[in-house]
Amino acid sequence: MKGRPEGLAPDVETRSVVLEMDGVTHFFGNLRAVYNFDLVLRHGELAGLIGPNGAGKTTVFNLITGVYQATQGSIRYKDANLLGLPSHEIIQMGIARTFQNIRLFANLTVLDNVRIAYHPHAGYGLLDSVLHTHRFRAKEAEMAQQAQEFLEIFGLGDRRNDIAGSLPYGLQRRLEIARALAAYPRLLILDEPAAGMNPQEIDELMELIHFIRDRFDLTILLVEHRMRLVMNICEWITVMDFGEIIARGLPAQVRSDPHVIEAYLGRQAVEIK
Amino acid sequence: MLRRMQKSTVYFIAGGLLIFVVIQVLLSVGVLNNYWRGIIFWGAAISMVALGLNLIYGFNGQFSLGQYGFYAIGAYASADVTYRWVHNDPSGVVVVLFGSLLTVGLYILVSAFLRRFYGVTVMARFTFYVLATVLAFAIAVAVFVPLVGPAVESILLALPDVVSQQIVFFIALLGGASLAGIASFLFGTPVLELGSDYFGIATLGFTIIVKVLLDNTDTLLPFPEMKGARGMIGIPQWTTWPWVFGSLLLVIVVMRNVLHSSVGRAIVSVREDERAAELVGIDAATTKVLAFVLGSIFAGLAGGIRAHDLAFLHPQSFNFIQSFNPLIIVVFGGLSSMTGTIVTGFFWIFLLEGLLRLYLPQGFETWRLVVYPLVLLVMMLLRPEGLFGRYEIPFLRRVLPPLPVKTEAAAEPAQEVSA
Repeated sequence: MKGRPEGLAPDVETRSVVLEMDGVTHFFGNLRAVYNFDLVLRHGELAGLIGPNGAGKTTVFNLITGVYQATQGSIRYKDANLLGLPSHEIIQMGIARTFQNIRLFANLTVLDNVRIAYHPHAGYGLLDSVLHTHRFRAKEAEMAQQAQEFLEIFGLGDRRNDIAGSLPYGLQRRLEIARALAAYPRLLILDEPAAGMNPQEIDELMELIHFIRDRFDLTILLVEHRMRLVMNICEWITVMDFGEIIARGLPAQVRSDPHVIEAYLGRQAVEIK
Repeated sequence: MLRRMQKSTVYFIAGGLLIFVVIQVLLSVGVLNNYWRGIIFWGAAISMVALGLNLIYGFNGQFSLGQYGFYAIGAYASADVTYRWVHNDPSGVVVVLFGSLLTVGLYILVSAFLRRFYGVTVMARFTFYVLATVLAFAIAVAVFVPLVGPAVESILLALPDVVSQQIVFFIALLGGASLAGIASFLFGTPVLELGSDYFGIATLGFTIIVKVLLDNTDTLLPFPEMKGARGMIGIPQWTTWPWVFGSLLLVIVVMRNVLHSSVGRAIVSVREDERAAELVGIDAATTKVLAFVLGSIFAGLAGGIRAHDLAFLHPQSFNFIQSFNPLIIVVFGGLSSMTGTIVTGFFWIFLLEGLLRLYLPQGFETWRLVVYPLVLLVMMLLRPEGLFGRYEIPFLRRVLPPLPVKTEAAAEPAQEVSA
């Protein structure tokens, strides 16, 4: 089937489609950043997207989240067409993402970072804000409560009044994931979540990713450079080079694919074995 | 009721009342003469303008030099309403009242209509809004003035003079503020799409356009009573201390309440990182327009207050050099500190127009304009974060819920952080 590897368990193939990209192409001027990209994600999957620097992985993410508009092709989330929608509407539909280089609201508190993501679901309007009505107070209390519970899950509960930019790196990553999840997404896109982490932090991250997938019933797509992470947690992997898909399959298949070894993995893959 | 209020709110109300009563008494007794009265009123007006700019620049991160343009629009619009009224012409009252209401109504219709389409470009949206505005005011002028005008006039004239005057003044202030808001909405919708620096240049352009239009109100625009570059005279001097105090209080409370809400958090998140805000689901474009319009409404209100205190308006006092004043006040007081902006706003006028003008020797008034850049320079070198940094008085501070208590240790007091 288009956009999916061979050899997945049959029961996976019967689940509902969450994300469907078909023939997506994007040009920056004359530079072909992504060419004829297809990908189909089914509910509850944890798929990886890898490739050398400049292969177009982050561009794919930016196309999904509406940061760039695809030159050609179609991108669908569940039954909705995402093409032409502004980012915030796509996010409000239930897609959340993190960034390659952490982009927190660095001068705000940990709690506010999470509460900001609730804004589309705040449940009160400008007039309530101006007058601080009963509804405002009730919803604010509710939001603070929810955010607190959320931070507890991520082990940030007692740091909620700290300024986000002052947290240690690993916690900033956690906070970014917490913020992404605060708006109840169904699809989570992680852009190099392990960048800059040491092996122990990566282990914790892997646990965290598994945990949130089960806890929040998520479908996860992740871009990553660290082979250890990708090979260990992804159910299947798509490999890109120069904007095109060069291989797709289960981790073991991808690792032994000659194209992939040539383009990207090289010696590193052998070492992992 | 009182028990449920936070301590900071009680202090704020008590302090506000105290200031109100003391100044009112001093004014009534005559300790403060007309000159100092003017200084205080002016300080309040400039504080409102600067608060608006702080919302736009300090909290939302959009560098704007257009604040004086909206101040001018508010001043001239409200002055025109009352000028016409005292010259037995109720058309100003009718136009600003019904024109603004109609415009807002049409905006809601237009935005609901446009929401049904995907990918409407900014310029297309802008065109629709401009058409809606023109339509609304055309209807107000052509239909409402002849139809409702006489009725409104007779109702107002039936009331005692003092009452009708206050009502007209209220409508004039409201009209000035809402016209400034409408202008900022129309200007902000396409221009806020630009990045911050380009936006700054564009707003500078806006201030210049407003100034040129005001220079030619009697020739280019159909407002002979504004007398173009000669300056508008004959504005009734209706601004009193309760109006000034009430307006400033309104601006402070509205701004504080908005900033302490989810909307306020969205506004600040756009300043912190616009792209990241978009990608947690915040409509950055709408948020920016909202902050911009709200800030401009404050400026328009201040314009009305100032115009009816001075009783004279001249385009030269709204030129683009002047438009740096609120910017200097905001930076001086501390970006994103409301307290700093208010204190500095008063201090600014007090120093520049009060102390230095009175106590410098004759013929040295011009030195004021040397003294204050020097003060500014020293300030920027010694305290680049502004006089108050991010300090806020307790009422304006954001109160964070206390951390959950883990041990039997006494509950921690609510922590307070300003942002």
